[in-house]
Amino acid sequence: MSGQRQRLTIAQAVRDAMRDEMRLDPTVLVLGEDVGVDGGVFRATDGLIEEFGPERVIDTPLAESGIIGLSVGLAATGFRPVAEMQFMGFVYPAINQLFSHAARMRNRTRGRMTIPMVVRMPYGGGIHPPEHHSESYESLFLNTPGFKVVVPSNPYDAKGLLISAMRSNDPVLFMEPKRIYRAFREEVPDEAYTVPLGSASVAHTGDDVSLIAWGSMTRVCHDAAEVLAVQGISAEVIDLRSLNPLDRDTFIGSVVKTGRAVVVHEAPKTNGFGAEIVAQINEYALMHLEAPVQRVCGFDTVFPLAHMEKLYLPNRDRVVAAAKKTMEF
Amino acid sequence: MPRTTVYEAVTQRLEILDLDGQVDAELMPEFDPNKILEFYRNMVLIRAFDNKALKLQRQGRMGTWPPIQGQEAIQVATAMAMEDSDWLIPAFREQGVMVLRGIPGHTIYAYWAGDERGSEFPDGIRCFPIAVPVGSQWQHGAGVGLSLKLRGEQAAAVVFGGDGSTSEGDFHEGINAAGVFKTNTVFVIQNNQWAISVPLSKQTASQTLAQKAHAYGVPGIQVDGNDIFAVHVAVTEALERARTGGGPTLIEAETYRLGDHTTADDASRYRSDEEVDQWRVKDPVPRLRKYLEANGLWDDEREKNLEGEARKWVDAQVEALEAMPPQPPEAIFEYMYDKMPPHLEEQMAALKAEVEG
Ligand SMILES: Cc1ncc(C[n+]2csc(CCOP(=O)(O)OP(=O)(O)O)c2C)c(N)n1
Ligand SMILES: [Mg+2]
Repeated sequence: MSGQRQRLTIAQAVRDAMRDEMRLDPTVLVLGEDVGVDGGVFRATDGLIEEFGPERVIDTPLAESGIIGLSVGLAATGFRPVAEMQFMGFVYPAINQLFSHAARMRNRTRGRMTIPMVVRMPYGGGIHPPEHHSESYESLFLNTPGFKVVVPSNPYDAKGLLISAMRSNDPVLFMEPKRIYRAFREEVPDEAYTVPLGSASVAHTGDDVSLIAWGSMTRVCHDAAEVLAVQGISAEVIDLRSLNPLDRDTFIGSVVKTGRAVVVHEAPKTNGFGAEIVAQINEYALMHLEAPVQRVCGFDTVFPLAHMEKLYLPNRDRVVAAAKKTMEF
Repeated sequence: MPRTTVYEAVTQRLEILDLDGQVDAELMPEFDPNKILEFYRNMVLIRAFDNKALKLQRQGRMGTWPPIQGQEAIQVATAMAMEDSDWLIPAFREQGVMVLRGIPGHTIYAYWAGDERGSEFPDGIRCFPIAVPVGSQWQHGAGVGLSLKLRGEQAAAVVFGGDGSTSEGDFHEGINAAGVFKTNTVFVIQNNQWAISVPLSKQTASQTLAQKAHAYGVPGIQVDGNDIFAVHVAVTEALERARTGGGPTLIEAETYRLGDHTTADDASRYRSDEEVDQWRVKDPVPRLRKYLEANGLWDDEREKNLEGEARKWVDAQVEALEAMPPQPPEAIFEYMYDKMPPHLEEQMAALKAEVEG
């Protein structure tokens, strides 16, 4: 089997990560709403119940607080639960369990008890769904110490990062960009492998301006870089992949090189994680800047219903315009 | 120190209309035949409304839609038992009740089509917005019921939710508070047996959902939710209790979701055709028609006329939906605050400039 590769979507890569790790580690369990017989509403757990049975792939009652509360109990006593929140917009009922317990169990027990749990959450807009199905709440979790927060943007990283997350001894929030779950395929190794948490990737190299993003916005930045290239502007795309721990060296190194930066995220602009990136650029690269750092983000509003989500979401042209603003400063 | 029984409870189930359209004469209230005809008419209208939405969705003219087929009796009976002064607090599968409460059909279509104007209800209709986060609305039912009680209104809050939603903490917190404060609330569970792919047996080890009321000191009853007479009787009793200081009631209406969970779902992945067929026999619409026919209230001609009326009304809703001009970008920003803060003004201006080129 070793050395084989298959062309997979992100959703399939996520499924394979769980399947491979469950084969290797009998303490890994999958639980959530509709993850069993249905294979998940995005099919990200497709086939798992057939292989591992209902004791390891658990259709839970419809209760997010319950799913995370159960997982805390399981994780504290020897299991490695992989819990699914059906959509990130529905994580709120679980916030008490996540913030008050999962994130601080290690600290509160002075290291005696740990919560090696992964919470998978499809996040973000772009699929024309009903209300509450489009949110990006990463900054909530990034301002709550104790979690790791990971966001893949492609199938290879999705599998490798999720396997790392399942092997982490601390709780990991694994945000899946649902908009590109099935948008494209990539070669993914058949066997288990890891992409380390806390390492960003330089997804596209360039010299003039750094476009810094994660998840589905990485694709938008790629598109923007292509347009910019035609106009003679060489953009570097940094895919952060892991927001906590954050690979400061990679994005600061890029900004030191280019002297210009645009940060792109779907979540509302004000107090979004982009603000932290800009703050760190100020702390570590201010004297290298040629222009103020730009942000291209969601508006500070409720995520609109489907008709207007296109207007809400950051797009290629907005990123191009922001990059040019830094060039023309 | 003896070991004694400190609490015992009995949960009742109410059925009046059988599968052949025969009623239990003792349990059947005195209904004006016109009211029964209205029951039927409304069920046919909302079924047509639902079917049309499914068709529009397949044609790309509608967003995700949660069908109500099979659940019409609950929705019509409850809407018709309510007064204008009562509040409706829906979950997301109550478009039948909402239309019958006076929210225009095209408005409901607009909401699911993804248009913000789908949330603009006419003034004076006592109806909360649709609640997509499962179970969250149960608590509002308790709160509105408390409000009505505190203000001395002879009115009730009617709050809906699904079987799956009874697993959320909100359900228990809502009924518990309603019991403590004796609020003017009627809790209606549309138990359609499934929460997406999860059957009721995986949701709870309780034999019924109605019995959960006992734990909170609240009366609970199970009704055949495909029997419009039984639902009407149970809701009317509960409304009466709620409006007159008797406190809340939990009604479990047992029904079945004949369609997919939503247009984004494929129910054949998790349930058998045989199961669906077993419930199709209990479909509330033909069941009431059998009653009407047996009592000389209905014939093919009337059915044809009603179908024509339904088609016309539904087509008018589609026309109104599609006649809506595009929304301006301001619609994203308008209703965030009483007074728009400067940073939003800026964002709105930037978007307008972008859209207007
Ligand atoms: C808090 C929350 N979690 C998950 C979802 C996704 N979801 C939407 S409907 C549904 C099942 C609801 O089942 P039930 O309460 O029985 O209502 P029904 O759909 O059968 O009417 C789920 C899991 C959601 N909308 N909100
Ligand atoms: Mg249900």
